[in-house]
Amino acid sequence: MKKSVFFGALTVAGLAAGAAAAATLDDVKARGKLNCGVATGVPGFAAPDAAGEWAGFDVAVCRAVAAAIFNDPKAVEFIPTTGKTRFTALASGEIDMLARNTTWTFSRDTDLKFDFVGVNYYDGQGFIVPKALGVSSAKELDGATVCIQTGTTTELNLADFFRINNISYEPVPIETNAEAQQQYLAGACDTYTTDASGLAATRSTFEAPGDHVILPEIISKEPLGPLVRHGDSEWGDIVRWTFNALVAAEEYGVTSANVAEMSSAPGDNPEVNRLLGTEGDLGAMIGLDAAWAKNAIAAVGNYGEIFEATIGESTPIGLARGLNAQYTNGGLLYAPPFR
Amino acid sequence: MSDTHAETVAFVRETMLPQKAPPASTVGPLGWAKANLFSSYVNGALTILSAAFIVFVLYEILPWLISPTWEGTSLTNCRELLAAAGDDRGACWGVIRERWQQLMFGFYPRTEYWRPVLTFIFLLVAIAPILFAQFVPAKVAYFSALFPFIAVWLLWGGTIWGPVLALLGFVVGFVVFRYASRAIAPALALAAGVVAAIIWWSVITPFVEPDLSRILPIGIRSVQSREFGGFMLSITIGVTAIMCSLPIGILLALGRQSDLPLVKSICVGFIEFIRGVPLITLLFVASVLLNIFLPPGTNFDIILRVMIMVTLFAAAYMAEVIRGGLAALPKGQYEGADSLGLDYWQAQRLIIMPQALKISIPGIVSTFIGVFKDTTLVSIISMFDPIGLSNAIRADTAWNGVYWELFIFIGFVFFVFCFSMSRYSMYLERKLNTGHR
Repeated sequence: MKKSVFFGALTVAGLAAGAAAAATLDDVKARGKLNCGVATGVPGFAAPDAAGEWAGFDVAVCRAVAAAIFNDPKAVEFIPTTGKTRFTALASGEIDMLARNTTWTFSRDTDLKFDFVGVNYYDGQGFIVPKALGVSSAKELDGATVCIQTGTTTELNLADFFRINNISYEPVPIETNAEAQQQYLAGACDTYTTDASGLAATRSTFEAPGDHVILPEIISKEPLGPLVRHGDSEWGDIVRWTFNALVAAEEYGVTSANVAEMSSAPGDNPEVNRLLGTEGDLGAMIGLDAAWAKNAIAAVGNYGEIFEATIGESTPIGLARGLNAQYTNGGLLYAPPFR
Repeated sequence: MSDTHAETVAFVRETMLPQKAPPASTVGPLGWAKANLFSSYVNGALTILSAAFIVFVLYEILPWLISPTWEGTSLTNCRELLAAAGDDRGACWGVIRERWQQLMFGFYPRTEYWRPVLTFIFLLVAIAPILFAQFVPAKVAYFSALFPFIAVWLLWGGTIWGPVLALLGFVVGFVVFRYASRAIAPALALAAGVVAAIIWWSVITPFVEPDLSRILPIGIRSVQSREFGGFMLSITIGVTAIMCSLPIGILLALGRQSDLPLVKSICVGFIEFIRGVPLITLLFVASVLLNIFLPPGTNFDIILRVMIMVTLFAAAYMAEVIRGGLAALPKGQYEGADSLGLDYWQAQRLIIMPQALKISIPGIVSTFIGVFKDTTLVSIISMFDPIGLSNAIRADTAWNGVYWELFIFIGFVFFVFCFSMSRYSMYLERKLNTGHR
């Protein structure tokens, strides 16, 4: 506001090119805050509470990165973005990173010039049906009316799935998840399809969640992950390895409760020592101090703790780990070695 | 009295009879009902049907509205409370109890809530001399002139010197204009004043402000635009757009009628362009396109961008409303002004505008109300107006699934504002007696 606006618009316009290339980490440090793009509200993944504090599964990634840089998980400016504004916000430099359940796709990674630094949630499109319908597999949905959000990839996935299985359906186009919930409950459609995590969150709000089942078929791959701009690989490394540190911490049994104790002196697992900065100098390699991973874990917990606190089975959303378990437990989480 | 007819007429009443009470069926509630509700069979049937409909709607809605869930802490908790009270369904008002402050102020810091409230009270004071000119001392208008600066300082906080220096810029411009107009032509003097003010803002202010803030650090906690939200955001955007769009709209309407081809084509082009584009598009330009054009790191406040776009949008509509008022004036009014020897601006100020604006009041207020409600569109560009906030609140696992309660609350608050504007417009019309009766 005020005069900085006037100046920004008029005088700096000519000097645009130089500023863009500056290192993101330096900008963030100079600002004293991480600008992190999140969703305007997705249950379990990002939502402000009554005091305006953001919390959720995606939000935790932002907080972890802020803790790794500043040792302060509160040093984040959360910038809510919608599905329409998220990519411009990132491309224009309004945000330093985007953690907004965004599917990692070829064209987003290449054509839109972003770098996905990992996958923090393996999602996929599923179906929810009332138990009374007596359907146990999506392949039995021949002739069903399907509530579907228009203009999304879910619409295309749905068409593909029914074509491959040679069955027919009747789409009931709806605009938002809120509308879908109402339509589905009112019986306007036999089934509602969207990402399985969204279905779980939706079902948790029903008066009788037990009367509805989520069918076992997952008909699409939706790897959701945080992303950064092309052009600053050092910054991408920081976000990528902060996230990897959370995953590795779960694998090695480092939690927010024991991280202080484990990092006080080198232990007998050299990998944990390197991760927590009691051995080697991994932090210096990415321009952070040695305790970067320790600070991130201490602030938000390891991946498993975050999952349990925000979307896990103890929360109303009640998602099972499934694909998002460690590789040692049959999931897909596999942090590269810290070495 | 003569006795002439004493034999021919048997009886002559010598006094007036006292008036009898009207028949019971035509007075009181019964009479009113008979005249208004049951004047014919068709009317009677319609009355009964409508009454049945209203009773049915109330019967369905009232038990839902009146529900013992004010203390609910989550949707599940509300359902438990309802079950305990023996209702099978009802509203979950706990969400309003927990989040009403957020719906009002967004993410504005709790300890600073007094600032938007105070600003709102100041706003009422500042517009009082405009709205109720005959009841309010004219001196209050000075406060109205200061209000924009006070409001910006109160809402965004920070050092007091920013608004003070901005205000001084106007003073400098005015002083230069006054002294220059003694020496040179008024138009040149005006240009000199504008240049002086711009120099003040762009050269002197950035120099002086940091030093002043250091020497005399008078200020309140600074609040980022991102923390604005809820009705406070709607009102901030709405009031700015309303206040700025009226003068701009008047100038555009006059420009459209101008004899100067350049002025006329610019005004027509602007009006037609803005009216031909949906507001959503303009908002996307403000939030997305400008981000790409402006250099990275530019601090061009998003609320300011949105305010400008909404103001331009409202001004284009306002221009057409006022042009309607101008077109309705008889030609004699213009000729009368000319014959009195008034110049263009005098004629507009003294004769044309008072009448044209008076005619346009209903249209102007309609536009105001429309603009105020259109501010909810900013939720599309991820600003937390009440509608955007209702989505964010639903993303809280405690309140996921709560729809009607939030929308009813938001709708109610909007209704209060819009209805007061509409009633004020009717009062103004009555006062000014615009009907040419």
